[in-house]
Amino acid sequence: MSRANASGHFNLTARVLHWLMAAMILTMLFVGVGMVASVSQRPWLLDLHRPLGIAIGLLAIVRLGNRLRHRPPPLPADLPWWQKSAALASHWLLYALMLAMPLLGWSLLSAGGYPIVLWPGVQLPPIAPHSPALYAWLRSAHGWLAYLLFATVLGHLCAALFHAWVRRDGVFSSMARGGGAAARRREQA
Amino acid sequence: MSLPDPTSPSPRPRPLWPLAVIAAIAAALAAAFAWSAGWLGGPQRLTAQRMTDAIEAGGPPHPGFRRAHSKGMCVSGHFEGNGQARALSSARVFTQAAVPVLGRMSIGGGDPHGADASARVRSMALLLRSDDGQQWRTAMNSFPFFVVATPDGFMAQTLAAQPDPATGKPDPAKMAAFLQRYPEAKKFQQWAKTAPWSDSWANTQYNGVNAFRFIAADGSSRFVRWSMRPQTPFKELSAAQRAQADADFLGEDLQARLARGPLRWDLVLTVAAPGDPVNDPSQPWPQDRQQVVAGTLVIDHAEPQASGPCRDLNYDPLILPHGIAGSDDPILAARSAVYSQSFNRREREIGRGQAPEATGQAHGGAQ
Repeated sequence: MSRANASGHFNLTARVLHWLMAAMILTMLFVGVGMVASVSQRPWLLDLHRPLGIAIGLLAIVRLGNRLRHRPPPLPADLPWWQKSAALASHWLLYALMLAMPLLGWSLLSAGGYPIVLWPGVQLPPIAPHSPALYAWLRSAHGWLAYLLFATVLGHLCAALFHAWVRRDGVFSSMARGGGAAARRREQA
Repeated sequence: MSLPDPTSPSPRPRPLWPLAVIAAIAAALAAAFAWSAGWLGGPQRLTAQRMTDAIEAGGPPHPGFRRAHSKGMCVSGHFEGNGQARALSSARVFTQAAVPVLGRMSIGGGDPHGADASARVRSMALLLRSDDGQQWRTAMNSFPFFVVATPDGFMAQTLAAQPDPATGKPDPAKMAAFLQRYPEAKKFQQWAKTAPWSDSWANTQYNGVNAFRFIAADGSSRFVRWSMRPQTPFKELSAAQRAQADADFLGEDLQARLARGPLRWDLVLTVAAPGDPVNDPSQPWPQDRQQVVAGTLVIDHAEPQASGPCRDLNYDPLILPHGIAGSDDPILAARSAVYSQSFNRREREIGRGQAPEATGQAHGGAQ
């Protein structure tokens, strides 16, 4: 299904989605913990949280489709096996959480008997029965998986910067730049 | 950032300073996250969790019950909009002939077995679901204005009212210090001392003290406060009658009245004039403000909250239909945040089977 990646770079769709969603997800994580704790900022944070979450879920589906159709550039051959495994596992964990978190949020609002308001006048239908047991479970899962997502994002960021500044092995630039631009820069150097 | 040199023959010496920079970036992000989550900033920093903790500390735990206004009954009926509010708000509830209502009548305090006659504050919470799928949730109280202007003030009052471990009663010195710092609360105390008590949930007026923004179909917006004004005539409950009253007299009275027929309240909207305080629920607006009777609430059924539909609902005052929006009243945002905490905690207790009494599973379950 996926073609071999000869450019050494992620395709444009992957790169645009990656950086866009990086900003959205990081924003979302701060909005999420902030709206639960704050006694003053909750209303606008909550108003942002729901549509942003649904947008992340939809973009994650597009991104997964692109990821399955276009093979990403291979990791450097000299990367230790455990780092390769960690990269693979964390990338699929990120995909799983990007898809699961919006669904959990939508479900928990359904199970809590809440209206699922995207913006004034526009609501989503419930996707789970109104049930305290289900709500309690989904609400806990949404919270704990948010912490896991934040930890994974932090680890991903640290690994990316490690590739960029310590190993300098082209892994970071495979997401930061397109293949054409990098090749031109190499020619100019 | 430099690109790798593909001609380099031997392994490059790897610089170590970037590791320190990477660690610093990760630590800064983690600290910002922890601050946003309320984990940093010390015990003085007001968060929804701490405010809920302070409310819980006012008495023994009652798993599965609301943390405040714990004692109550589920009620249901419908709302008949009369179209008069159409000029103020495009919300469907004001024009639909009969909007189904799930509500809850309650008394103030955190004790689900508290004596009705000892609770100065009574409340009505409503969920209106119009036929366009929109919801309007509101939690109103019998006081005409809120006790304080800010969440800090509410926290200070909650802490001052906590029982002193030595005496089992609130420390008068702490309460005096609170009143000194939040003088607006004296007005509330005056109300509590002097306003006559009604003898029923049915003949009590419930006020939504916070201001909301009503948005009409033409886009114009006005600030509004609302009240439910009883059609049932007021009858005073004297101090002597209160001393004699049964602990559950409000619920018994409500059931008896509903057995004879439905109970009605008029929804009265009060429109702010320019300059009226719209972000301070402790300040009432002048009496002569324009009022619009927007419709009639009809309550025809009551049932115990342990098994009723109001148990698993959060009457978050910021769940509003299209055509009504919140104001920047800080109490409104804080209520929304703390109600959510309370809801999460009790639903977790119910979900885990730790709340037999609140769900009516215990022997002789509470109402």
